[in-house]
Amino acid sequence: MIGQVGGALAGGPVIPTFGTTSKCVLQNRTFCWDWFKDRWSSTFVPALLQHIQLSVIAVVIGFAIAFVLAVAAHRARWVIAPVTFFTSLLYTVPSLAAFEILVPITGINYFTVEIALVSYTLLILFTNTLAGLSGVSPEVLDAATGIGLTRTQALLRVELPLALPTIIAGIRVAVVTIISLTTVAAYVVPAGLGKIIFDAIGNSVFNTAFIGAGVLCILLALVADALFAGLQRVLTPWAAARRGG
Amino acid sequence: MSNDFVKGFTFISDRSDLVLNRLGSHLVLSAESVLIAVVIGVPLGVFLGHIHRFSFLAINVSNIGRALPSVAVLAIFLPVFGIGDTDVIIALVILAAPPILTNAYVAVDQVDPDTVDAAKGIGLRPLQVLLKVEMPLALPLIFAGIRTSAVFVVATATLAGIFGGGGLGDIISNRESFGLDGVIGASYVLIALAFASQLLFISFEKLITPRGLRGTRQGAPGRLRRQGAAALPGRGVPAALETQPE
Repeated sequence: MIGQVGGALAGGPVIPTFGTTSKCVLQNRTFCWDWFKDRWSSTFVPALLQHIQLSVIAVVIGFAIAFVLAVAAHRARWVIAPVTFFTSLLYTVPSLAAFEILVPITGINYFTVEIALVSYTLLILFTNTLAGLSGVSPEVLDAATGIGLTRTQALLRVELPLALPTIIAGIRVAVVTIISLTTVAAYVVPAGLGKIIFDAIGNSVFNTAFIGAGVLCILLALVADALFAGLQRVLTPWAAARRGG
Repeated sequence: MSNDFVKGFTFISDRSDLVLNRLGSHLVLSAESVLIAVVIGVPLGVFLGHIHRFSFLAINVSNIGRALPSVAVLAIFLPVFGIGDTDVIIALVILAAPPILTNAYVAVDQVDPDTVDAAKGIGLRPLQVLLKVEMPLALPLIFAGIRTSAVFVVATATLAGIFGGGGLGDIISNRESFGLDGVIGASYVLIALAFASQLLFISFEKLITPRGLRGTRQGAPGRLRRQGAAALPGRGVPAALETQPE
């Protein structure tokens, strides 16, 4: 039984491995380093990379859509209400329900996963991008117009750089949210680190798989969070100067 | 294909006993988790906000909390607590408490210092200042934090079905027994529940907003507004908090 778990997780045929299975795995102790090390390069690394890939695609597409909407809303304020309403609706739908309802329409594939994931980024990215753009003080904009910048130039050279901290803050929230939801998606479309977790429930409660994939997933989210927090500081040296450091 | 979506509704009416039963256990599981998170988060956040200290801790706890993937948290506690409701409730509390704490902290911390001074000036003792001035003014934002967590918990409690707890997830994760129409029907109920809890909390927040604050767009506090903030309705803290790490 335990040998089957290993075989199923490695993706290969189910071969009983009683001869080589360690005592730790047989007794299903809390965490078996040997099992984890054996499957590190064959199972965990590919799952981690796939997880990152699915998350990055969702945030990139989500940002492209949200950015266009936010710039539009910045120019025409009436756009704000319907976009906020619609993206809030999408955001409130529980993710597992969204994945389950999409499957009969779009099938069990990455497209389904990405549709749902993108829809969850929109509210965060739209709200923050718009907040960043709206936060630019009118005096600064007057100065920009005063030195002869066109509206597009003012947007690209003045408003966007000033809005950057808030925009990055939004991307940061979106990234960690999506890393989490990609794990949920694995229940419907097996992929990424979530696949390892749900496979381990499906076969038997195998502790090492839970802890291994769970800790990797948490580390991925925390590293991504720290990365964007750092990026925020690097891209806005004036904010650091204002803080006095 | 569209037939499946109609059958989802048929499932709800045909198996209404089952659906109501799972809806009930879903609500109990969610309520227990949110309640524990409130008991931990609100007093701690209010206290730290009242003394205006440890802002780094109070704000970053929800940065970390938000980053934690729910399935991963459920998974790593499974070997510790075993399959079932305990694992699920502990994981949900860990995920739900940080936003409640941070919102409670920010809510009390951002109460206008002049108002607090005036309260002290007319002779209120520190505890009275907290209970009669700071708390009523902070209440809408505290509830916004609870709403954020509650909506998140209602959605995430679904995973309980997969990790051995009860609730609507029990139907959603059990296609072998209930079929696609069961999965879709339970998803409908879950979505309705998420919206209902969102709306319920929003109207409750309006109700408890002190008369003096109504119409002033309270809930997005002044300090945050000025920084160009937008309070996220989701699982996060107001976004602008992160543009200025303390």
